[in-house]
Amino acid sequence: MSKTIKIKKGLNIPLEGAVATDKVTAKKVGLFAIVPDDFPGYSWKAAVKAGDAVKAGSPLLFAKEDPDLCLTSPVSGEVKEINRGERRKIMFVSVASDGKDEQVDFGSVATPANLKAVLKKCGLFAMMRQRPFDIVPFTETAPRDIFVTAFDTAPLAMPIITGADMPLLEEGLKALSSLTEGKVYLSVAKGFGIKSKVAETVEFEGPHPAGNVGTQIAAIAPVNKGETVWTLDAATAVRIGKLVKNGKLDYSATVALTGAEIKDPHLVETVIGASLAELLNNELKSGEGKVRVISGNVLTGVMVNAQDGFLRFPYRQITAIPEGDDADEFMGWASMNPGKYSVKKTFPAFLRGLTKPFSFDARVKGGHRAMILSGEYDKVFPMDIYPEYLIKAIMAHDIERMEQLGIYEVAPEDFALPEFVDTSKLELQKIVREGLDYLRQETL
Amino acid sequence: MKGLKRNIDKIKPHFEKGGKFEKLHSVFDGFYTFLFTPNETSRSGVHIHDSNDSKRTMITVVIALLPCCLFGMWNIGLQHFMAIGDPDRDLFRLFFYGFFAVLPQILTAYIVGLGIEFIVAQMRGHEIQEGFLVSGILIPMICPVDTPCWMLAVAVAFAVIFAKEVFGGTGYNFLNVALVTRAFLFFSYPSKMSGDNVFVQLGAQPAVDSYSGATPLGQLASSDGATTLTNILGDPLSATDIFFGLYPGSWGETSTFCILIGAAILLLTGMGNWRIMLSALLGGFFMALIAHNWASPLYPVSYLTPFEQLGLGGFMFAIVFMATDPVTACRTNIGKYIYGALIGMIAIIIRVYNTGYPEGAMLSVLLMNCFAPLIDYCVVNSNIRRRQRRITIKNS
Repeated sequence: MSKTIKIKKGLNIPLEGAVATDKVTAKKVGLFAIVPDDFPGYSWKAAVKAGDAVKAGSPLLFAKEDPDLCLTSPVSGEVKEINRGERRKIMFVSVASDGKDEQVDFGSVATPANLKAVLKKCGLFAMMRQRPFDIVPFTETAPRDIFVTAFDTAPLAMPIITGADMPLLEEGLKALSSLTEGKVYLSVAKGFGIKSKVAETVEFEGPHPAGNVGTQIAAIAPVNKGETVWTLDAATAVRIGKLVKNGKLDYSATVALTGAEIKDPHLVETVIGASLAELLNNELKSGEGKVRVISGNVLTGVMVNAQDGFLRFPYRQITAIPEGDDADEFMGWASMNPGKYSVKKTFPAFLRGLTKPFSFDARVKGGHRAMILSGEYDKVFPMDIYPEYLIKAIMAHDIERMEQLGIYEVAPEDFALPEFVDTSKLELQKIVREGLDYLRQETL
Repeated sequence: MKGLKRNIDKIKPHFEKGGKFEKLHSVFDGFYTFLFTPNETSRSGVHIHDSNDSKRTMITVVIALLPCCLFGMWNIGLQHFMAIGDPDRDLFRLFFYGFFAVLPQILTAYIVGLGIEFIVAQMRGHEIQEGFLVSGILIPMICPVDTPCWMLAVAVAFAVIFAKEVFGGTGYNFLNVALVTRAFLFFSYPSKMSGDNVFVQLGAQPAVDSYSGATPLGQLASSDGATTLTNILGDPLSATDIFFGLYPGSWGETSTFCILIGAAILLLTGMGNWRIMLSALLGGFFMALIAHNWASPLYPVSYLTPFEQLGLGGFMFAIVFMATDPVTACRTNIGKYIYGALIGMIAIIIRVYNTGYPEGAMLSVLLMNCFAPLIDYCVVNSNIRRRQRRITIKNS
């Protein structure tokens, strides 16, 4: 019997636009891109020029700090563009598919040292994260443990894997267990019914953020100062399993198209980094107002452009919601509109029930203030950490205090729900990200 | 509303940087966001937000204060007409008498307080913060009805500047602004803030013969043992009178009934903290029980039963509306229990054992405001120690 952990604090935000059908469509997409900003912790350099021919698995970018660490092309074809922003920073590298699906053969990965080298070379290493700092792992540090999450509790998210993926997941977990002297933990939703023979399976129940790997680490074995753990989602573990088994990469991804602005929310079979213009072709409602397209979920995803954007890491979900910047709400603070969602019962929405779907737009819905109400964050923050105090320590750049209060255990995504409920509208995820970067810069 | 918005948008450039009225930018922005919720959309982090904001929070607290406020106005009228022996008890007559009696004070508090907020916001280039919306109505409610407006203006200015703005404004103050105002008045102008002549407005009219303007706690403080509490005409006060607040006092805080309605609103909306209210109530009850059990003629207030202690004076008002101020209270849950309990106990200790002060709730909350950060510090440190122990266990 696997262990079950119940998460009590948290919140499932009832967002409109959930996937309600079993329909899975396949979309033919011709353009793909890798965005280096999705892989923090390293400076990425271009390994190709526009016009170069690449196979699926050929490096597009490599890390300045460790040239063996690569981000690779998801398809075979021709490098279309190396898009640069300010100070020649690479924004994305795009590849036009030739439809031939030629793949790099990574061969067998018999030994752990060999496995690590292949993972780095094929781009899967960069799809892992480490705590502390929530970045692509340091390649030289051996992790204390590795945490794999097999479910996602974020708004409108779908399960990361299905039962059919289990054999490959086992392969992946077996490979991962050779990279650590500690344990590999697999976190699953209660009742999902999968159990790994290789990894220690832990069942979780409760509201979001139960599916966040940070919550899981805190409940299983928190990170202490001086320790490093690696985290990844089960989809990446399955890809590692396929690589070990076949020597080839599988960059296909099942993406959930969700949100109020999607005509018919459903799952789409595609490949990572797919161009949104093609992926979302004929999927968005044609309303009057502006639409915000998010690669990921509404809490932690990145805003992307539906015309020239791409599917971004972690390649699982697209959410489209109304932007809402054309709304002129007269005296919104006095509103008795039952459609305005608030966890506080200051709005009458609670009378119609807070679990029915609500329509959300991207407005901040208030002015930015200093921290006023207390205890708001704690209600949705299931770790043994005082979030208000940690945030204040980060704002004060007080490294000793940050360490004492547990900064090594957190990632920005852990602060997404506190940021959502915050009456003072503070940008908590940004603050935590800057705090982690500052800490890394000062202590390493 | 579209037309109004269009017109306001037309004059908006004058208030931007470089415009004719750029010095009024914060004021304009304050009114603009009051009328139209800003349609700024999120640029970083989460893409959706909870609808609750600082304006809604403050307005909810003001709504919770309304029952006390409206009842208080009526009660001013009641006490006035009782004192002058006028038997007409028409609801609106009493209410409007009280309303016009306190209107100048409410206006003074808001104009002075918000005026300073506007100026400071403009100087710092901030948005106007809404904290004073609550303080502005609280301040007159905890003062005697006859407080001169100029005194109020001086006290409000002192409190807003030295208890709030010097620390950085709403969210950074460590003392409750309304109580600092009250304390300033109490210590600077004691003759106008306590005694038998300030809590009932007589106007220029003569009082009836049996009249005495002493509040119940005032009557006790000047007695030398167990006394029967009376209203201003010398008739005994019943438990119902005490519960509904039909006695003189700082006008907003006499009615336990209305305070409980306010408390219910605060608790239902989650704007007031139940941990603080509950622990303060228990702390006060416990201390009152001890005092009552060892009642002594030396401390006449100790003859009050615990229920009378809690129902009289500003105790309930202080624990519902003052102690729960999130900025000046403890921020950790464990801290809130300690903070609340100590407020309740100290309020009763001051009230009973310091015969110089007929009411201890104000001083008790201010004192605990000072200690709240220390309590939190200890609670947070226990979390830090737990984290350090984890490492030590691991390494041993």
